[in-house]
Amino acid sequence: MDYFIHVAILASIWGILALSLELVVGETGLVSLAHAAFFGIGAYATAILLKIGLNFFFAAPLAMAVVAAVALAIGLVLSRFKGDIYMLASLGFTSIVYSIFLNWQSVTNGPLGLPAIPRASLFGFSFSTIMSYFVLVIIMLALVYAFCRWLTRSSFGRVLHAIREDEEATSIFGYRTTHYKLLVFVIAAMLAALAGGLYASYISFIDPSSFMVAASIFVLATIILGGLGNVRGAILGAFILIMFPEALRFVGFPADIAAQSRQLVYGLVLILLMLFRPQGIWGTFRL
Amino acid sequence: MSILAIQKLSKTFGGVRALDAIDVSFEAGEITALIGPNGSGKTTLINTVTALFSQESGTIFVHGEERQRIRPHEIVALGMTRTFQSMRLIEQISVLDNMFLALTERGPFRALIEQRNASHEKHAEEILKKIGLWEKRHAHAEKLSYGQRKLLEIGRALAVDARVYFFDEPFAGLFREMRAIISDILRELRANGAAVILVEHDMALVRGLADTCYVLDSGKVIAHGTVEEVLQKENVIEAYLGK
Repeated sequence: MDYFIHVAILASIWGILALSLELVVGETGLVSLAHAAFFGIGAYATAILLKIGLNFFFAAPLAMAVVAAVALAIGLVLSRFKGDIYMLASLGFTSIVYSIFLNWQSVTNGPLGLPAIPRASLFGFSFSTIMSYFVLVIIMLALVYAFCRWLTRSSFGRVLHAIREDEEATSIFGYRTTHYKLLVFVIAAMLAALAGGLYASYISFIDPSSFMVAASIFVLATIILGGLGNVRGAILGAFILIMFPEALRFVGFPADIAAQSRQLVYGLVLILLMLFRPQGIWGTFRL
Repeated sequence: MSILAIQKLSKTFGGVRALDAIDVSFEAGEITALIGPNGSGKTTLINTVTALFSQESGTIFVHGEERQRIRPHEIVALGMTRTFQSMRLIEQISVLDNMFLALTERGPFRALIEQRNASHEKHAEEILKKIGLWEKRHAHAEKLSYGQRKLLEIGRALAVDARVYFFDEPFAGLFREMRAIISDILRELRANGAAVILVEHDMALVRGLADTCYVLDSGKVIAHGTVEEVLQKENVIEAYLGK
């Protein structure tokens, strides 16, 4: 049972990360590969603050504020771009941040990572059991979902959809589109930082390998699979991509080729899904 | 004083001079037609004044005030709005949402906290009923017919609280009924004191609507006056028909 809850916790954390990326990619049409970096900075910042004794519910907002400042600086550059250039520039940022995680030994402990990160606690109650942490993560996922749904239904969300289709025509109607792109980027980065904080506090050990470009591509795959332009799709995609490979453990492949078989089936199913449903499961928009 | 005056406006694409020191002015309460052969610079003039194209040289006066380096998002604040020759609706959102884009908060923080606004809804309803699209308000713009999409683009422009309206070939490809709706809208804007700038090839429509007319050819103004006056001029006939 603990194993299933463990997988559900990871899927929920990735669900928060996917929701945050959905705001940038699915709602605004900007393909960002910077999310692993914000996830990582959020995780490291929360971990460091937890280790010096701060409560999670102070540490996480502080980490989100740190990430907001970083995202604002990066976003000022990125929001001038669109299309391929935006994606490449965001990829470059993630590579730089990974390199910093790896080499800033005094803060991140380099490739050895940060061990013994404390669990979250609230009013003396520690979320130390796996079930209690599951409840915490589910509540956070529900709050982030509600926020994203509210945002996408606001006038702000409507402008994001317009930017996604025709940024120039949107600006003619009086919108400073770079400000919109910048604000949604910062909001998404803060939510990614929250996911990072929850991840660090749960796993209790982080190292740079969790925050490589591959993580950005994985979360991008989750929202494409779930369907762009739909916040529910982001959560669905995250749960499928986290849980499906785990479910394949129970298929009964021969022990000596089990891992390879699981990867093969996993890859094949993704290709078939994209062939027959390119807009994703609940998608309303295609890149 | 003209509501919008443009002096010595030039624009070059590569080696081609699309606008060559153009002088035009538009008055409140008038419909001004921009006519001329294809490639004469009519749309380029609108695109440059509404900042889609950068301005190389020349001066733009809005309400008598000189405006330098206007940026696209400032057009609405200057009291101007437009439609496009090739329609640029936001296709994957509803008809109503396309209208709201012209009505709701422009600043991102205010837009973030703005959910529903009864006065915007009422205003959108009035316009959509006027252009016959109220029944289609929940349909995605991409699902509308060509004519309905044309009307929606005009409706979206009407939703902006503007004093200067640029309509770039609003009648192209439309049936008579839709043409009549748009003609009435242009006359109503004129009656309300707006400056209406109309790019149109159909001379019967121009004759019926425009108070004054500029004729452009090869990026230059070759004639200005009432429609009847300019159509008598030899250089205008030559520009349209050749020598």
